[in-house]
Amino acid sequence: MSVDTATVRRVARLARIKVSDEEAERMTGELNSILGFVEQLDEVDVSGVEPMTSVVAIKMRLREDVVTDGNVPEKVVGNAPVCDDDFFMVPKVVE
Amino acid sequence: MTANLWADGAVMLGKLNMDEFAMGSSNETSYYGPVKSPWRKAGSNMALVPGGSSGGSASAVAARICAGATATDTGGSIRQPAAFTGTVGIKPTYGRCSRWGIVAFASSLDQAGPIARDVRDAAILLKSMASVDVKDSTSVDVPVPDYEAAVGRSVKGLRIGIPKEYRLEGLNAEIDGLWQQGIDWLKDAGAEIVEISLPHTKYALPAYYIVAPAEASSNLARYDGVRYGLRVPGSDIVDMYENSRAAGFGAEVKRRILIGTYVLSAGYYDAYYLRAQKVRTLIKRDFETCFEAGVDAILTPATPSAAFGIGEKAGADPVEMYLNDVFTVTVNMAGLPGIAVPAGLSGEGLPLGLQLIGRPFDEATLFALGGAIEKAAGRFAAEKWW
Amino acid sequence: MLIDTRTPDPKKFINGATGDWEIVIGMEVHAQVTSKSKLFSGASAEYGGAPNAHVSLVDAAMPGMLPVINEECVKQAVRTGLGLKAAINHRSVFDRKNYFYPDLPQGYQISQFKQPIVGEGTVILDMPGETVEVGVERLHLEQDAGKSIHDQHPTMSFVDLNRSGVALMEIVSKPDLRSSDEAKAYLSKLRTILRYLGTCDGNMEEGSMRADINVSVRKPGGEFGTRCEIKNVNSIRFAGQAIEYEARRQIGILEDGGAIAQETRLFDPREGVTRSMRSKEEAHDYRYFPDPDLLPLEFDQAFVDALAAGLPELPDDKKARFIADYGVTPYDAMVLTLEQASADFFEKVAKGRDAKTSANWVINEFFGRLNKEGKEISASPMSAEQLGEIIDLIADNTISGKIAKDLFEIVWLEGGNPRELVESRGMRQVTDTGAIEAAVDEVIAANPDKAEQAKAKPTLSGWFVGQVMKKTGGKANPQAVNEIIKARLGIE
Repeated sequence: MSVDTATVRRVARLARIKVSDEEAERMTGELNSILGFVEQLDEVDVSGVEPMTSVVAIKMRLREDVVTDGNVPEKVVGNAPVCDDDFFMVPKVVE
Repeated sequence: MTANLWADGAVMLGKLNMDEFAMGSSNETSYYGPVKSPWRKAGSNMALVPGGSSGGSASAVAARICAGATATDTGGSIRQPAAFTGTVGIKPTYGRCSRWGIVAFASSLDQAGPIARDVRDAAILLKSMASVDVKDSTSVDVPVPDYEAAVGRSVKGLRIGIPKEYRLEGLNAEIDGLWQQGIDWLKDAGAEIVEISLPHTKYALPAYYIVAPAEASSNLARYDGVRYGLRVPGSDIVDMYENSRAAGFGAEVKRRILIGTYVLSAGYYDAYYLRAQKVRTLIKRDFETCFEAGVDAILTPATPSAAFGIGEKAGADPVEMYLNDVFTVTVNMAGLPGIAVPAGLSGEGLPLGLQLIGRPFDEATLFALGGAIEKAAGRFAAEKWW
Repeated sequence: MLIDTRTPDPKKFINGATGDWEIVIGMEVHAQVTSKSKLFSGASAEYGGAPNAHVSLVDAAMPGMLPVINEECVKQAVRTGLGLKAAINHRSVFDRKNYFYPDLPQGYQISQFKQPIVGEGTVILDMPGETVEVGVERLHLEQDAGKSIHDQHPTMSFVDLNRSGVALMEIVSKPDLRSSDEAKAYLSKLRTILRYLGTCDGNMEEGSMRADINVSVRKPGGEFGTRCEIKNVNSIRFAGQAIEYEARRQIGILEDGGAIAQETRLFDPREGVTRSMRSKEEAHDYRYFPDPDLLPLEFDQAFVDALAAGLPELPDDKKARFIADYGVTPYDAMVLTLEQASADFFEKVAKGRDAKTSANWVINEFFGRLNKEGKEISASPMSAEQLGEIIDLIADNTISGKIAKDLFEIVWLEGGNPRELVESRGMRQVTDTGAIEAAVDEVIAANPDKAEQAKAKPTLSGWFVGQVMKKTGGKANPQAVNEIIKARLGIE
């Protein structure tokens, strides 16, 4: 399977990465080269095979319900590019 | 994992360069510029890559700037640069070291490990780094053995598998020769050599280049300019996201995010991601079958070539760079431990390494075998030009 | 594939210009899990708090942070599943739902897509004249998002992540509801069940329970129509209004020959209308995949059984028991069991007393007064013991029913021991027949013409009862008065 530039643009939008026309063109070629490479997986007979869900064969540990964290708003917003009064600030979301 | 090191008395000297977001096999994608390997070809002062993504760690250790370095490995990023720089690097079993605090690339593949001058140092460092961590749900509660004690242990009677599928068509003759040399060394040390088959080997790299970018595309979504990092203004929030992420991510990272987003997207998930995860089960099963049959460890080359020049692969298509990891990704896909040990020099005087792959949580055997190879191969140091 | 389990009921149809229409409603309820800390982080899950105070570095999605699941949240989900009589899945998987929004710091929400923790269940509604079984499709655990505030600044939004990562149970119903009344009853019943279980406080104003309502219309028994989703409805009353408006909006479009655009809408309570949420570009592609930072959630039947053993008596069972053991009407049983606190209060009052009288006093006087004052039962100035004693005082004839109401008022406003109050304020009813006869004779003697009229028209004897009551300061036992008057006047 291969992608066209329109698909690359759509995927870039999904990933929230702006691409110029020139970049979109170039990436279409690069992505197609990668997709071409991975196509060989179609050769494998995967019938009846379960997808790998966990690399480690252990049961997930459950944490006790105790408040052990938080109360550090200065740390939380400390690296924010724009903040005010412990709130993060972002350009408005257009609804 | 670093907390363990400081608690055990290690001293941090500084931070090292690496490929951006750990995505690369040559440390040429760093925002801060490429890393120059301390190794040069005989009679040449061409700048060479140290491998990647942990190129800075491998170079610093190889140049004896530090006693050891931490690194991470998702598809070979510890072992490949270790092999390129004549140092020892081990990626432990998935779940051996905590991933808490490590900038996530591909969560089901990432593991931290040490790069050191020799096998014993690597063992000492890993013993400190490894521990279960309640803050990482994928970290495993298994006691950490005294790895250092395993170095120098006899390897007599250990069964070493030689997978025929790793004998790639057109495999570099020097590397093939070194592999054979490694086989002989281990035989001399009393190990038993067994031909094995890992039938799905060739599918590990393509499957990796679906699974890793997919997980990365999701792990890197948090870099959006809202709470930290670069924010490039935009007309509205979407514009701000798109500008910030376009400016903040390098080309390789963007490539992988786009591939990852694509293979998870509606209509493609089954054909790509789901299929790759099924192939992954088969890859792991190949190894399990061999271990069940009594194989204790597997010996393979670490890389398909010695280090190349900085910029040499610039124009090539991305897949060519990915092929550097052909021997190492299988290990991440199966969640097994793997160590790279220097085994010799190429005709041009550049380090070549061998890789040993072990059973889950049996890093001790890898240190024993690594020690045996190191004993036979000797040590290699770069000639100081800096 | 949608399976239709309900028989079209003409009583619920909406009458349009071209004929009858049936409404089809399904609901996704998001219920915040009652727990101390969040689903995947150790920060506080408490409502409110200073901005970004209940936020850990995990919630803020700092690089390198990882989720660790809260055991209590898992238990709360299982308890809820048991309360919904649903299948509990011993193995479930957490998936990432990927999208970008400022109140979603990770750029994905950890949710459950293909393998939720709870499967199919049922909620039973007692509607007037029928019992409706509403199917529950599934229940899964997921993270709540933070809050964005858009109206504090002309060009910027403020983001507070306190709520980000709090555990939610998403309860998805089958499209089995057929009227706004049923939908409201479903929400109310669900809320009651969650409150009984202690798994969610059901406080819709604070946002601990919200509903996304799917509404479509069709010709009775016909093909399912295209549905619209009304998001984030935060009151039962609004749910009813939103459904009524939306159904008629859709019918209007269809009768005009148009087609329904599948879209997401918001209910505006001030105008009473639903509005389209201006489309967020194309439909979201969430790219669900299993979260690689987590393992599949697994537990055994023993885990489930232990939780089942600790469940309180559930509303339906309690209601059935009240009807069987106390002989109250189904409607009264429903009212009494709406809240566990109410049911407990009733049982305390009814213990050793006549159940019907107790139910009457609890529902009409006690709940009536609470509602009038907008009080929760926990803020009641009157205890079950006090109310019980008032009822005892009627039962042993110390006071009449009418005096009891006055006593209720006094105890409610001033507190105190009912029996003592009766004594100290001389509220004891007069049962001494002699005294009553004397009073009756006095009134009859003073009003001979009225007495004659009453002999002819017995209903007029009521006037005499009133007069005797006045004479005795209201303390005479009205029944006794009535009997004696009738006897004196020689009427039946």
